[in-house]
This record gives sequence, C-alpha cells and structure tokens, in this order.
Amino acid sequence: MTQKLDMLPETASQTAGPYVHIGLMPSYTGNGQIFDQEIGQSPIEEGAAGEIIEITGSVYDGTGWAMRDALIESWQPDAQGRFAGQEGADPKVNGFCRFAADATSGEFTLRTVKPGPVALRDGRMQAPHISLWIVARGINIGLQTRIYFEDEENSADPLLARIEQRPRVETLIAKKTGAGQYRFDIRLQGEGETVFLDI
Amino acid sequence: MLDNGPLIPRNRALHPIPYDPDYKTTVARSPYLPLLSMDSSASEETGPTFGHGQLGALDNNLILNWTRGAAPAIGERIVMHGRVLDERGRGVPHTLVEIWQANAGGRYRHKKDGYLAPLDPNFGGAGRTLTDADGNYQFLTIRPGAYPWPNRGNDWRPMHIHISVFGHSFAQRLITQMYFEGDPLIPLCPIAATIKNRAQLDRLVAPLDMANSKPLDYLAYKFDIVLRGRRQSMFENKPEGM
Repeated sequence: MTQKLDMLPETASQTAGPYVHIGLMPSYTGNGQIFDQEIGQSPIEEGAAGEIIEITGSVYDGTGWAMRDALIESWQPDAQGRFAGQEGADPKVNGFCRFAADATSGEFTLRTVKPGPVALRDGRMQAPHISLWIVARGINIGLQTRIYFEDEENSADPLLARIEQRPRVETLIAKKTGAGQYRFDIRLQGEGETVFLDI
Repeated sequence: MLDNGPLIPRNRALHPIPYDPDYKTTVARSPYLPLLSMDSSASEETGPTFGHGQLGALDNNLILNWTRGAAPAIGERIVMHGRVLDERGRGVPHTLVEIWQANAGGRYRHKKDGYLAPLDPNFGGAGRTLTDADGNYQFLTIRPGAYPWPNRGNDWRPMHIHISVFGHSFAQRLITQMYFEGDPLIPLCPIAATIKNRAQLDRLVAPLDMANSKPLDYLAYKFDIVLRGRRQSMFENKPEGM
C-alpha cells in the first residue's frame, strides 16, 4: 500500500457533433434570437493597435473534402504579445474568436490583429502565433494547432524546432496572399496533414 | 516561490480514441500522425474570461429562453447541476459553461436536422451560465429525447446534453456530453463507445438526484466536470536542467 494521490481524472471528451453551432454560434444557424449577445464574435474592437489581418482557409478531411461543419476557436495576445487581463494589454484586444466553415463553400475567415511574440517560462521567445482549437462531428477530442506567419522570423521558435520532419513545419505557417491577407488551410489526415498539438 | 506552473499533460487514455470505425465519421477526420507534445506556455495557460454583463437573465433557463419567457417548452422538466473542478479537486470559479440539446422529441433546432419529430416552437435548445465562486452551475431545461442517426444500420443516440466548458486556460477547453442514469441506449451507442475506459464513460452518466429535485416541479441530475489542472512546484521557474 502507498499513500493516496488526491487527484481527479479529467472528464472524458465527446464529439461536439453536427449541431454544435446551436450551442456555441446560434446566429450561424438562424437561432440568434436566443441570446442578447453572442460571445466570440470578434477578437478585437475598432482601434486595436497593430496590423489588422484576415486569415482565410478551409478544414479538409482525409479525402480532401472541405468540411462544412467545422467550428474553430482562436486565442491570441495583442500586437505586443500581451494577453487580455495581463498588465499593459491592449484593452481593444480580447483575443478570443469563434468562427465556422461556411455551410456552402467550407471556407472560414478570421479577422484580427497580428499577434506579438510570447516568451516561454525559461525566457526563450516564441514567434508570433495564434492558437486554434477545432471541433466537429467525427472529432472525438478538440484538435489543437497554431497559426504562424510566413513573413515573421520563425526559425528560432521552440515549438516549430521540435518538428522532426521539416516539411511539416509548413503546415503551421499562414501564407501571405496580399496586404494583410493570409491563407491557412488545415488538413486533418493524410497528405499534408497539419501538425496537431498536445500541449 | 510556488509558481502556477504548466498545465498537467493530458492523459489521452482517459479520452475517446480519435479513430473508431464504429463511429464512421471519425475515419476520415482523425489525424494519422502523432500529436506534438510540449510544456504549455502563456498561449495555452491564459484564456478568455466572460462576465455576467455578457449574459442574460434567462440564459440558463432553456424552458423559457427561446420565447424570452412568453411560453414554456414541452417536456419533462429537469435541473442539470454540478461543479466544475480541476484535477486537484478545486472548484473552477466564474467560468463559462454552455449547453445544447435536442428537444423532448429528439429534434435539434438546426437547419441540418431533418428528423421526423417536430420542432417545439417554444424551445431553442441552448443555454449558458457562469460558475459561482465555488465552481457550481445549474440549468433548468427539459429532458432531451433519444433519436436515430445515420451511421450503421440502426443507430440511436441515448438522451444526452452537450456541454462546453472553458476553465481559465485555453488548453483546458473541453466539450463533452452528459448521459442519463438508466438509459438502455448508452451501451449501444458508438459515440459513447469511443471512450474505451469504462470508468470514464460511467463518469459521463448523471445520476438522478432526488435531494435536489423540487416536489411538483422538476427532477434533478448531477453532473460534475473535471478540467486539467496545473503543475505546482518550487522549481518551475528554474531554467531547463537547473
């Protein structure tokens, strides 16, 4: 016999299912009347300091089909790398957004401010990135990943450095398609599979 | 000094397996390659916060919130209540809990749901609330119906309520489903069966809670939720390798 560890196991995840929108984004499915104010509609308010950017993409399944039912949440700091609630954080950046693949095209768009770099506990700097969490029918536990930016200095980023197969790093890097415009596609499975995280 | 350290790494064996051919949609939607593991950073340890100012008075009352109090939804009246805790057993205060569900006939108010059962004009099927200072939450709703779904030849979902919880860190984010004690469809459900650890599935089954049921009004079901905790040590601030 040993002493007991006073720990509880984490509750098991279950799929968000095909109707996740009625709970998390009711206006997406025409149910906007239910709440006065839907949360996660924008990560920024007008006047946020920094470069305003738009990231467009799709979530593809293992057959190459752009999923119509994926729901994504994003979390990021302001242009200086400070998260909402931290000292000195930009009051116009709440940092959280919910967005969904369009029911017709399967494309999503995130309009936000470009984030600043964030330090690790040991002081090493991480390149600017946005954290994502993806849920949908057939995804049994939400998938974590990150968006980095092709026009930032990513070579010293500690997370990207841990990716053994170097071509896979590209799956986490948004490609610039115009001024303030980026493309970021997510592939759940197979060729070009996105690096998903366990953090 | 005691640091509120990195998140405790997830024990994936407690969670459903991502690829499970009995739940057909997982086959093309589960990654083939291993996840990349790393200690959490501020990107995962911080997270959005929400305040009472963003919520309405009826947001946690699914019987009345769709009609803004004008007419109650049809169904067996229930209270769903419980506590949000972390792995160390501490209540998670002031965190957002959101739920969504089918109506009493097993139909969702979603444009993609075409089940035979009719919509209830007085039921929207979504609610949200903030936990109190001890991590407690509650919803008043109706018991959702079971319903068939296209998977194998004749699959039915047991009665369930979807539940989404934030915690205080973005990487604590969790969506799960609450099932009801005694439902004979639970052992037949391929989605419930994606959880291979039997004790973990049992923890998703809410017991009938007569002590919190109100005579001549509603039954209560208790559902506690445990989120990831934080590592705590005096050594977290030291550089790698000390």
